[in-house]
Amino acid sequence: MPVAFLNFMEVTMNGLMAGVLYALVALGFVLIYKASGIFNYAQGVMALFSALTLVGIMEGQVPFSHLINALLGTEIHHFGWHINAFFGILFTMVVMVGLAYCVQRFVFRHLVGQEPIILFMATIGLAYFMEGLGDLMWGSDIKTLAVGLPQGGSFAIEDLTATWAAEGERYYGMYIDQLDIVATVVAAILVIALVLFAQYTKQGRAMRAVADDHQAALSVGISLNFIWVLVWSLAGFVAIVAGVMWGAKSGVQFSLSLIALKALPVLMLGGFTSIPGAIVGGLIIGVGEKLFEYQFGPMLGGATENWFAYVLALLFLVFRPQGLFGEKIIERV
Amino acid sequence: MKKTLITAVAALMAAAPAMAELTFTSLSYRTGPYAAGGIPFADGYADYFTLLNERDGGINGVPTRMIECETGYNTEKGVECYESTKGEGALVYQPLSTGITYQLIPKTTADDIPMHTMGYGRTSAANGDVFSHTFNYPANYWNGASGAVNYLLEINGGDIKGKKIALVYHNSAYGKEPIRTLEELQKKHGFELSLLPVDHPGQEQKSQWLQIRRERPDYVVMYGWGVMNQVAIQEAANIRFPMENFIGIWWSGAEHDVIPSGAKSDGYKALTFHNVGRDFPVFDDMQKYVVDAGKAAGAGDQVGNVLYNRGMYAAMLAAEAAKTAMEIHGTKDITPGMMRDGMENLEITEEKMAALGMPNFGPSFKVSCANHGGPGLIGVTQWDADTQTWSLISDFKPTDTEVIGGLIEGDSASYASENNIEAQCK
Repeated sequence: MPVAFLNFMEVTMNGLMAGVLYALVALGFVLIYKASGIFNYAQGVMALFSALTLVGIMEGQVPFSHLINALLGTEIHHFGWHINAFFGILFTMVVMVGLAYCVQRFVFRHLVGQEPIILFMATIGLAYFMEGLGDLMWGSDIKTLAVGLPQGGSFAIEDLTATWAAEGERYYGMYIDQLDIVATVVAAILVIALVLFAQYTKQGRAMRAVADDHQAALSVGISLNFIWVLVWSLAGFVAIVAGVMWGAKSGVQFSLSLIALKALPVLMLGGFTSIPGAIVGGLIIGVGEKLFEYQFGPMLGGATENWFAYVLALLFLVFRPQGLFGEKIIERV
Repeated sequence: MKKTLITAVAALMAAAPAMAELTFTSLSYRTGPYAAGGIPFADGYADYFTLLNERDGGINGVPTRMIECETGYNTEKGVECYESTKGEGALVYQPLSTGITYQLIPKTTADDIPMHTMGYGRTSAANGDVFSHTFNYPANYWNGASGAVNYLLEINGGDIKGKKIALVYHNSAYGKEPIRTLEELQKKHGFELSLLPVDHPGQEQKSQWLQIRRERPDYVVMYGWGVMNQVAIQEAANIRFPMENFIGIWWSGAEHDVIPSGAKSDGYKALTFHNVGRDFPVFDDMQKYVVDAGKAAGAGDQVGNVLYNRGMYAAMLAAEAAKTAMEIHGTKDITPGMMRDGMENLEITEEKMAALGMPNFGPSFKVSCANHGGPGLIGVTQWDADTQTWSLISDFKPTDTEVIGGLIEGDSASYASENNIEAQCK
């Protein structure tokens, strides 16, 4: 095969996998928007907060230690334990459920019936509050996330594909990041689990009922408060997964909250209310931006990915404002 | 009786001379996405002045006062910090951001307050003939680019003709700084240069590193900041790019840039204009008078880190400039204008550095009216992932002043004509 074609395939594969990582962030937005109509600006910060909490718990870091030491004159920083990733994720999930309860109990319960813009503003406030809370609890240094995820290109794929090039052509084999492969598998499991949960459990069906019509759901005895706590908890779980995958690439640091920027074009394209839409949108954005950069980046001075993702999303919006999988907007007079 | 006593005390207080203080400001960023880089620098800057106060009673016996203002690495906040603190008698500003520096150049000039942008900011500010109040000694971004090329010449026996060098850079004014210098040096030395911009914040760099993997450059030079550094080093490790052929600018060469990649970052190199580690006598005093005394600006856990050392070095240069200003003007109660004179006449010698407990910590140099940029001597450090330490592997060496001088001349001349600035050095 010609090297140019193999390179094209490599870029496409890597684009698809990058798209999965974008979709992981977008999923959290979709869950909350679908169930409550809230565009959760804090989703990126939730990923950051969950990753900080996970590292803190695994490393036995004392939360608020700087504050405690400053107030009490003590010198405590660590509990002295190290726990494995499984229990770390489990305890982090407990923290995220607690956070979901607090968010619902102290913020959104008081804002029921308010305009969407008010709810959106509340999530902006929540984002900055959580960023400050994360800083206060765990400190702002960059942390290494050691949950045992593989890093680097897959030797097996490289070796397998190295012979695909035409004889005499310089080709080093196809590069596929092992972390991206893991992220793809995890995302697939996550989406299947979410769909099964929504289809076959009582709480899942209640969640769908709330998503369809709040008033009708209330009239059949579904607790809106419970469902919203549940939805924020699920978004918290998705945030942990996104935080782990992105944190493994760069270390856990405060710029992790900016991954939300990568989710916005995915949401514009896939729709705000569809889980499959988030996945397909992520894949289209990932492949689109990577192929555009590969084909046209050198001519345009490079660094086209950030803006091209939005151009792609805008193009889709023009023809389908609700996004690929979004619910069709029908205005009845 | 009571009334008389109060009156007497009040009279005494009025008659006594006011206790002079030397005010230094730190525009720091301890919060936000860049906090990991901002905290150690701010700690080093503040701790050095604390050390002077605790050990020596200040600078020439005059205590120092530190005003810290949080910018969050945001230009607007940085300008607000400047406006809100300049009335406090700040002797010199250290904005720690290229964006803030650009905004403050005209303001500090108008307010007669000097600004020190060590290893960042507007490179052509090295021309003191045009930029009267801005100083960027001892090195600037263009020295960095030339230092990288000189180092590659050194390890390639003086010939890099035909070698492929890729520049991975933050797609911002800062990241683009070395391009012109490298393009000029490309003509001179015959290497092939490819440019790979990375958009802010730099969390996703797959395209750039796939391109590097396909094109196999001999060397990669990086001008990155924040998360871009950690991701780039991780991606380089992922594609198994040889770390010893990967060289970052000094803002891409701190502990937190390499630690997240673990053992794979071993051998990564970075340019520097000051030494690394804590094997210097000044750190014994820092431990005794500042950290152990509970007076450290932060948790005391950053001492000896690359960016802590840089902050401390910047504070040392400010303190020495204040001493020079006192000598020139014959007073200990110096003003920002006098401080500017001190900075313009600053001379750092190895004897002086040794006396300060910092032997071979940085290059010897002398500032002048025409040259606010210092000698531009650049060293190279290398990361050892086993011991988690940086080591200086190439001493501070000269850069291509012929190429850089021409670029500085051209850029500063444009600034001077745009702003109707007349040459200040006679």
